[in-house]
Amino acid sequence: AWAETAPGAVQYDEYGAIAASLTGAPGDPGVGAKVMSSRAEGNCVACHQVSALDADFQGNVGPSLDGAADRWSEAELRGLVADAKHTFEGTVMPSFYKTGPYIRPGDAYTGKAAKGELPPILTATQVEDVVAFLMTLKE
Amino acid sequence: GLAGSAGADPSEDAELSINGEPPLITRAPAPAHLEGALPELISGWLYRDEATRAMEMDDFDNPAMVFVDQGLDSWAAVEGSAGKSCAACHGDIESLKGVRATTPKLNAAGALWSVEDFINDCRTNRMGAEAWGWSSDPMLNMTAAISVQSRGLPVAVEIDGPAAPYYEQGKDMYYTRYGQLELSCANCHEQNNGNMIRADHLSQGHTAGFPTYRLKNAGLVSIHNRFKGCIRDTRAETFNEGSDEFRALELYVAARGMGLAVEGVAVRP
Ligand code: HEC
Ligand code: HEC
Ligand code: HEC
Repeated sequence: AWAETAPGAVQYDEYGAIAASLTGAPGDPGVGAKVMSSRAEGNCVACHQVSALDADFQGNVGPSLDGAADRWSEAELRGLVADAKHTFEGTVMPSFYKTGPYIRPGDAYTGKAAKGELPPILTATQVEDVVAFLMTLKE
Repeated sequence: GLAGSAGADPSEDAELSINGEPPLITRAPAPAHLEGALPELISGWLYRDEATRAMEMDDFDNPAMVFVDQGLDSWAAVEGSAGKSCAACHGDIESLKGVRATTPKLNAAGALWSVEDFINDCRTNRMGAEAWGWSSDPMLNMTAAISVQSRGLPVAVEIDGPAAPYYEQGKDMYYTRYGQLELSCANCHEQNNGNMIRADHLSQGHTAGFPTYRLKNAGLVSIHNRFKGCIRDTRAETFNEGSDEFRALELYVAARGMGLAVEGVAVRP
């Protein structure tokens, strides 16, 4: 079995891309689609419109992700999902594969203080699943 | 332009005329101290759908007004060991016209106080009554009744001199990216007002309508309660209602809305 790359060990290139898979295994685009729609997981549709996703109330804080795979390579998409701040400095897009540092980290949506260090919002496997789904977004 | 956000931009022409009175100021030039952060001030009312907007245009349709009436009842009610009502000292509640528009402000001792603090000061120190909880029903009812007295007056809080450190503290908070989602007030309400975040249409996040009646809660919501919810939604540890931090933030957010009319009492989704 492959060892997962821990959030702190991820190698970003100077444009924010991550060349190596975080798990060494191919992601599952079907699971990725669910992660992107689910409020408790990626909730990407809070900010992005994705025609291929059957999710209600898709937001427009970020650009539409239709055709994302025409614009970005797999390595670039992995970097965007893991921590878009390497690609877009200061972006409002949250970082899904890091563990901090955060200001007043909370215990999910309870409003209470986090109990200890927070795990990343998405697991390495979920990041790869989302990347696999994004790679299907071609126009 | 995508499905679902059709008509989501703030209304260009709606006018907030309540009970057929001349319209309130729902768009105002951005004050100089905002240094261009917003091109124009726009009330949250203009971001709401037509049905929600309409509820605020007639006091008979505004679900907040039953709570205002309860606030007026307690204004006249004797409570506490001094045997006094609010009315005993203040007379008609109209005497508090302007208070909502100019608060938070410094008390006589130089500390920043919200309307809730002034009320509890009177209750505990002048009436010999118990303090009300920040978001308790009687407090919400009373702050709502007091806000109606300032309906139509432009928000005009003091931000200079001794208030300046509180303003700066609130401003720091406004631009701090809290929580695991690392989102600041400005990320949502300055950079993205007019956009949809999932089902929510982001406004500029002004406080001139507070306390507001929220359809989602079927009740009144205080400013600090709203702040708490917004910070919680960034997966952060929030601050408490009535905390010094929220008073400072309240002053800064009020200052961002200087020029918009106090709505007394807004209706929001
Ligand atoms: C809070 C808002 C927000 C959330 C949540 C969010 N994003 Fe983004 N995203 C943005 C913004 C804004 C940009 C544009 C970058 C910029 O200019 O800051 C962006 C850019 C992107 C891009 C590049 C877009 C392009 O085609 O040019 C991709 C891909 C992307 N996001 C994927 C995701 C995925 C996948 C998720 C969920 C796991 C997600 N985003 C969650 C706000 C968000
Ligand atoms: C025994 C007299 C007394 C009673 C009873 C009383 N107040 Fe006051 N109240 C005062 C005085 C005196 C002030 C301070 C006035 C000043 O400094 O300008 C004040 C100030 C206030 C202020 C701030 C006004 C401003 O201009 O900033 C509010 C709000 C207020 N009272 C609400 C209430 C409410 C609500 C009640 C009843 C629950 C109440 N008061 C009961 C005497 C009283
Ligand atoms: C993740 C996005 C997000 C962040 C961050 C955020 N808010 Fe909000 N806020 C919302 C949404 C959504 C609403 C409801 C729609 C609206 O009125 O904008 C709202 C509403 C409000 C309102 C009520 C506006 C009205 O007209 O009734 C105020 C005031 C407010 N926010 C202040 C703040 C402050 C202060 C902060 C920072 C401490 C903050 N918000 C952070 C999303 C956010």
